[in-house]
Amino acid sequence: MREQPKAPALQVDGLTFARPTGFALADVSFRTRAGRVTVLLGPNGAGKTTLVQCLCGLLRPHAGSVRVLDHDLARARAAALGRMGLVLQEPSLDLDLSVQQNLIYFAALHGHGPATAKRRGGQLLAQFGLSDLARRTVRSLSGGQRRRVELVRALLNDPPFLLLDEPTVGLDIPSRKALVAEVHRLAAEQGTSVLWTTHLIDEVWPDDDLVVLAGGRIAAAGTMAEVLDASGAAEIAAAFDRLTAETPPQTAGGAVA
Amino acid sequence: MPERVLGPRAYLNALTGILWREGLRFLKQRSRLIAALVRPTIWLLVFAVGFRGMLEVARVPPYDVQVGYETYVIPGLLGMIQLFNGMQSSLSLVVDRELGSMRMLLAAPLPPGYLLFCKLLAGVAVSAIQIVLFVLVAEATVVDLPLLGLLRALPVLLLTGVMLGAIGLLLSATVRELENFAGVMNFVIFPLFFLSSALYPLVQMRASSELLYWISLFNPFTHAVEAIRFALYGELAGQALLVVAGCTVAGFALALRGYRARTEGAQLTGRPPVLPRTTRGS
Repeated sequence: MREQPKAPALQVDGLTFARPTGFALADVSFRTRAGRVTVLLGPNGAGKTTLVQCLCGLLRPHAGSVRVLDHDLARARAAALGRMGLVLQEPSLDLDLSVQQNLIYFAALHGHGPATAKRRGGQLLAQFGLSDLARRTVRSLSGGQRRRVELVRALLNDPPFLLLDEPTVGLDIPSRKALVAEVHRLAAEQGTSVLWTTHLIDEVWPDDDLVVLAGGRIAAAGTMAEVLDASGAAEIAAAFDRLTAETPPQTAGGAVA
Repeated sequence: MPERVLGPRAYLNALTGILWREGLRFLKQRSRLIAALVRPTIWLLVFAVGFRGMLEVARVPPYDVQVGYETYVIPGLLGMIQLFNGMQSSLSLVVDRELGSMRMLLAAPLPPGYLLFCKLLAGVAVSAIQIVLFVLVAEATVVDLPLLGLLRALPVLLLTGVMLGAIGLLLSATVRELENFAGVMNFVIFPLFFLSSALYPLVQMRASSELLYWISLFNPFTHAVEAIRFALYGELAGQALLVVAGCTVAGFALALRGYRARTEGAQLTGRPPVLPRTTRGS
């Protein structure tokens, strides 16, 4: 179990990002607690992926700031991203390379040599029951196996913060459940802080913190009880419907060019 | 892996890792390996040898004597290998972007500009393998190459490879979708190659068309080919090298700007609407 910092795992303040069609994110602010799983819930088009891309430096917001474990992403990019494990919505493994070769390449992008990558990668593959796949090409793996390998890759750098953008897309129900359980186990056993984006209510566990995003803005954020209270609903599915129904996607009119 | 400051070792690990991955991909893609060898070899053994008796190359520097056509086209074919490889690397970058692996590179803690430069160098290294294989074929068949000159030309080949890689990187930054890439390549590769001194000396081109001569003179590929040609015979083509170096810097800077622009949203002309929040923070 890693020692938990006093600072939030993730602190987002006033994040704004505009596309030619309107504001994808409008003044988004929230914090996530260290050592907890926070689920970022939002319907399709809510701005989840845009937000994730702003959080990992792939998009530069027009306004606002992102701090990862108290490191400002704009000013201390290496420190912020070096503490982040990332799984994006689109699969991003090299299909023609083996699992181990993918891990070595990714470790190199983070500045680690092949020996370190093999040692740490071997430990993680064993931990996830994937050791047999190490020498197989990614192309030969099932969708669920590929996603778990991507999770292993995200953990290669031993990050205290995991950012997962709809990591269960395309998986069958047992694979989804297994992946959700593995991530919760990481948070519980190792104290890893997690931000998990999804539009699927059944991926939320009762103890998770929630951030509800709709129409590019925060509709609610807090513990499950706080979000239920704010929505006036008795259970999360109804709360999600209410919170997201009130905030249709924004068209910013003449605010962007 | 413990957290640490990203020092020179981290930068070196990233460079070697990217070189290793590109080399591995090249070796796994056998059709690419074969095509890379067959393309210039056909040009040499079919085109150059076929036209040897028909085309008379003027005596132009750095050649002291009148040379056969197959000897004249060798620097152009070395440049051609690098040109096609630069475009292939560019295509590979677009594919990486579509498949998501480019995002993992750009979201890594090391500076994106450095990692893109490593990708560019990896492409040059792959073209070096192709050049060695082609030279072996050329030497074994029709041309007596100045092998010592080839060794001396290595730094120049590195520079011309980086320039063509930078042009490829710039293309990859500007092309939005993979489907558009084939068309763009045709509009880049063919004019760059045919409107250059790769196949005919500029002085002979000028005799036929003043316009084509001037277009070719402003073509950076002409200067890459001339830099290689002079280096093969132990001479430095100062002006050509300056043009190649300038185009390298400009191409890479514009490519970085293109990649940076992809991270930006629309231009803001107003403030976002102020919307109510239900609860805030967790």
